[in-house]
Amino acid sequence: MNSFISAAAIGAPPQAAVAEEVVRLTDVKRQFGVTAALDGVSLTVKRGEILGIIGRSGAGKSTLIRCLNGLERADSGEILIEGRDITGLQERELQPLRRRIGMIFQHFNLLSVKTVEENVALPLKIEGVAKSERLRRAHELLDLVGLADKARAYPSSLSGGQKQRVGIARALAARPALLLSDEATSALDPETTRSILALLKDINRKLGLTILLITHEMEVVRGIADRVAVIDAGRIVEEGQVWSVFADPQAAITRSLLGGIRPQLPDTIAGRLSPTSGSEAILSVDLAGPQAQGALFAELLAVLPHSFRLVHGGIDHIQNQAVARFFIAVPTRDPALAGKVEQFLTARSARVEVLGYDTNHA
Amino acid sequence: MTPIMLELLFRSLWETVLMTGASGLISLVAGLPLGLALVATARGGIAENLWISRILGGIINGFRSVPFIILLVALIPLTRLIVGTALGTWAAIVPLAIAATPYYARIAEVSLREVDRGLIDAVRAMGGNRWTIIREVLVPEALPGIVAGFTVTLVTLIGASAMAGAIGAGGLGDLAIRYGYQRFETNVMIAVVVVLIVLVCGIQWLGDRLVARLDHR
Repeated sequence: MNSFISAAAIGAPPQAAVAEEVVRLTDVKRQFGVTAALDGVSLTVKRGEILGIIGRSGAGKSTLIRCLNGLERADSGEILIEGRDITGLQERELQPLRRRIGMIFQHFNLLSVKTVEENVALPLKIEGVAKSERLRRAHELLDLVGLADKARAYPSSLSGGQKQRVGIARALAARPALLLSDEATSALDPETTRSILALLKDINRKLGLTILLITHEMEVVRGIADRVAVIDAGRIVEEGQVWSVFADPQAAITRSLLGGIRPQLPDTIAGRLSPTSGSEAILSVDLAGPQAQGALFAELLAVLPHSFRLVHGGIDHIQNQAVARFFIAVPTRDPALAGKVEQFLTARSARVEVLGYDTNHA
Repeated sequence: MTPIMLELLFRSLWETVLMTGASGLISLVAGLPLGLALVATARGGIAENLWISRILGGIINGFRSVPFIILLVALIPLTRLIVGTALGTWAAIVPLAIAATPYYARIAEVSLREVDRGLIDAVRAMGGNRWTIIREVLVPEALPGIVAGFTVTLVTLIGASAMAGAIGAGGLGDLAIRYGYQRFETNVMIAVVVVLIVLVCGIQWLGDRLVARLDHR
């Protein structure tokens, strides 16, 4: 990854942090037969922002992203791209507009009979740029994605991560204002996923490029998104800053999608939890921001000695915000203790929930 | 084999090559666009039009269901109109091309339909129009199959050209029937079969080489 390329050399200079909207969707609906793929989706993406849309397969996220460049038509609603409504446009009117929108795909979709440089140069060929100029630009972009030495290779000789880098270079060729990422890392291993995400983040920062990505992996959202929207059954059920959604997920689907990435009560304890009685109360404690650094527990022990023991949990850092989730066990010898602990933590803006009682604290 | 027979064999070979080559070229030039039209107008195609798709498919099926020997005779008026005569090598090219075109269109259709839809999406997402999709995606990506299919068509045409002997077209098949079969000259029969085997193998080998060079998947 060449990090010495200046933004100016690549094209679009970073935009000032104006609250300009690149994408605005209002009540977008799309029906396939009897099922509503999109059931009234409204959302906005600001310039320079990375929005992650997460959902299970079949939640409508693919339809949603394909509506943004008109690969799929919306039945109703409004889709504004840089202020222009694209819903009523003919295919021919959409074509110049799509050159403002780059797209990368889960299966890369590189043309097998073209070399890497020809693939990257293709959007410019479509635009009618002269051959020498488009090859020059292709090499510039291959430099950016760290594949300068593969310009003459055919895609079949590249690894998955390299193919996606070519896909990214190709998507950037026509200097788009918006990059759509359709499950771009879903076919890659975790390590390659991280390097591709780092590349996207880097491009976002250097070029001020707005990115809208869809994924079913919370890791991806956690890794690069500024904001996250959770889609379920064609509706946006939750939306917000990534750290705040991670810290305090509201919808059941969000909690479930976060399952693999947030600390969960270990199964052995969860399995013997009683709803009414036991020797210890098991509490979950969610914290975000400065409070999540951990000092809170030291304070709590100072005020109420021997009031709890730590069962499980951890502190994560998302968008430079600490997000913590702990499970603590509070003895029930003193029936009032759990209440006092809860009160102490709640007063310091932690979210506390009594999950049940453990009958076997051996 | 007498020098006269040898000369006859060479002349017949040339006639076969001429008939096969000319009708093959015509079927390529006409069949590929037809195959493209079939794929483009099919459901979910880049120029979906089910009516055109059905009509085209019907016409192609119609031509393909007529046995070649009958097509040969049925097309005599058309052949006369185009070539001026219904007899001879050039006259045989008309029915051969007309039979091979729908055949090749179907073969090309299969190759074109196999092209990954994701590639079409990618080029559409770049702002490409239908023509761009055809030029940059469909034809180049299907090219190995298009070439391999053309090889199959050529070999089929060699077989069909033997029947063209019925209208005095000459060619190897004609030679084998008249000398080898009707005059019991087994030597001629064997010679013709050997030449045909070499011809078919040669075409297949060339076709395979070309496909290997074109295929980067």
